[in-house]
Amino acid sequence: MILGRVLGTVVSTVQHPFYAGKKQLLVGAVLPDGTLDGTRYILALDMVGAGVGETVLVEDEGNSARQILGDPKAPVRSLIVAIVDSVDVPAPGGV
Amino acid sequence: MKLGRVIGTLVATEKPDAMKGLKLLIVRPLTAELEDDGEPFVATDASAQASSGDLVTWEASREAALLHDPSFIPVDHAVVGIVDQHALESPERAR
Repeated sequence: MILGRVLGTVVSTVQHPFYAGKKQLLVGAVLPDGTLDGTRYILALDMVGAGVGETVLVEDEGNSARQILGDPKAPVRSLIVAIVDSVDVPAPGGV
Repeated sequence: MKLGRVIGTLVATEKPDAMKGLKLLIVRPLTAELEDDGEPFVATDASAQASSGDLVTWEASREAALLHDPSFIPVDHAVVGIVDQHALESPERAR
């Protein structure tokens, strides 16, 4: 799974029928300290009602996505599966 | 999914039977801010309506194969949909 921040939205009308009515969010990868990684991003389907600015957990693997969607033929790889409340990474050598 | 720009199309007569009837597009991958992000690749068109110049979403590997009906044909990249609206709403930027 990837820690990310919701950066924005993407809207399509003409698309594969599976994606009709599903919210697509643009998620930038963040480092454990919360800063944006700056290069990696994912367009993921939102399963949890996430909004712009929220820190989220993205499942970026197709078989996991198909299990969560309950559809073995879902053509989906990336899902937002959780909204992150807090991250705690003790500093190296710290308490 | 990722963002991309259709920069061209191509036609091939001799190809695997499972790919017959599918449109082939040349897609340049883009960053979250729509800047060029690597070398172009050839993708099938699962949105059925994409053409040169369109901003699109695309999927690779197994998910690309699953985007087509009958599913699981031998393709490695496929266009999912045409993007109408792309909004980076966060004050932070992916790059």
